Amino acid sequence: MKSIAELEAIRKKTIKSVDLRKNREGYRVVVCMATCGITAGARAVMSAFLDEIAKNNLSNVTITQTDCIGMCRLEPIVEVYNPNGEKITYVNMTPDKVSKVTQEHIAKGNVVTEYTIDAAE
Amino acid sequence: MKELSLHIADIIQNSIVAGASVVKVAIIEDIKKNILKISVEDNGKGMSKELLLSAADPFTTSRKTRRVGLGIPLFKQSAHRAGGDLSIKSSPGAGTMVMATFVHDHIDRQPLGDIAGTMLCAIVSNSDTDFVYTHSVNSKSFVIDTKDLKNTLGIKSFSEPDVYIWIKNYFEERENEILN
Repeated sequence: MKSIAELEAIRKKTIKSVDLRKNREGYRVVVCMATCGITAGARAVMSAFLDEIAKNNLSNVTITQTDCIGMCRLEPIVEVYNPNGEKITYVNMTPDKVSKVTQEHIAKGNVVTEYTIDAAE
Repeated sequence: MKELSLHIADIIQNSIVAGASVVKVAIIEDIKKNILKISVEDNGKGMSKELLLSAADPFTTSRKTRRVGLGIPLFKQSAHRAGGDLSIKSSPGAGTMVMATFVHDHIDRQPLGDIAGTMLCAIVSNSDTDFVYTHSVNSKSFVIDTKDLKNTLGIKSFSEPDVYIWIKNYFEERENEILN
């Protein structure tokens, strides 16, 4: 059982980082989690994002899930919104691709062009 | 779907789309009676009688991008294949409960799979929704209520790296405790 002291320490640290976060807008990652996405592997993709973001200690990232966006043949689909609101759509995602997108795009701001919908179409 | 936990992820997504603020997921494994029961209950907008009657029909969907919805039909098919059944209780404004049963040791029953992954994805990516997760195996059981955790931690979401790692470990520890 994780101790209350540990919870308390996390709480203090979290509040600190949330304060920091108010000063800058972060990235938003949206994973399509309808039947089509899940069947194509969206859950593993989302889990990989959660793990990668934590591993790289990126605290300015929000992950959300959305419903079918109508391009089921390209699932798993992930939309990454840059801090300026620009949207990049990644398609046919896999946990391996997630590592690269996290380390290149979300950590450094470099879009991984080869995985985008424009490269696939 | 290869795992029952993927069906659960799918049904949870229905609850989110229905505007649920609370989603209760329960997995009850009774080895003696040889039954596995899975229920997903939400307080979302619910379904009308007509929609409820046709929810297991693949050509029923509320989505606008196409005219088929396979989530419930696939889950039902999985239950039937493993000697069980699926039922839905719902009414407008009163939320929805989907319950599926399986013969626990049926050769065609899919494994539960990565249920921690399913729940963590749902919990972290839907910070406005509270989740109550119950898993019991015979007499052992545990409950994780994200509202309690949020209150104890004084946080609104689990997306911060430290918090995510903590809840992931916590979840996996609880799962291991009841399975061993």
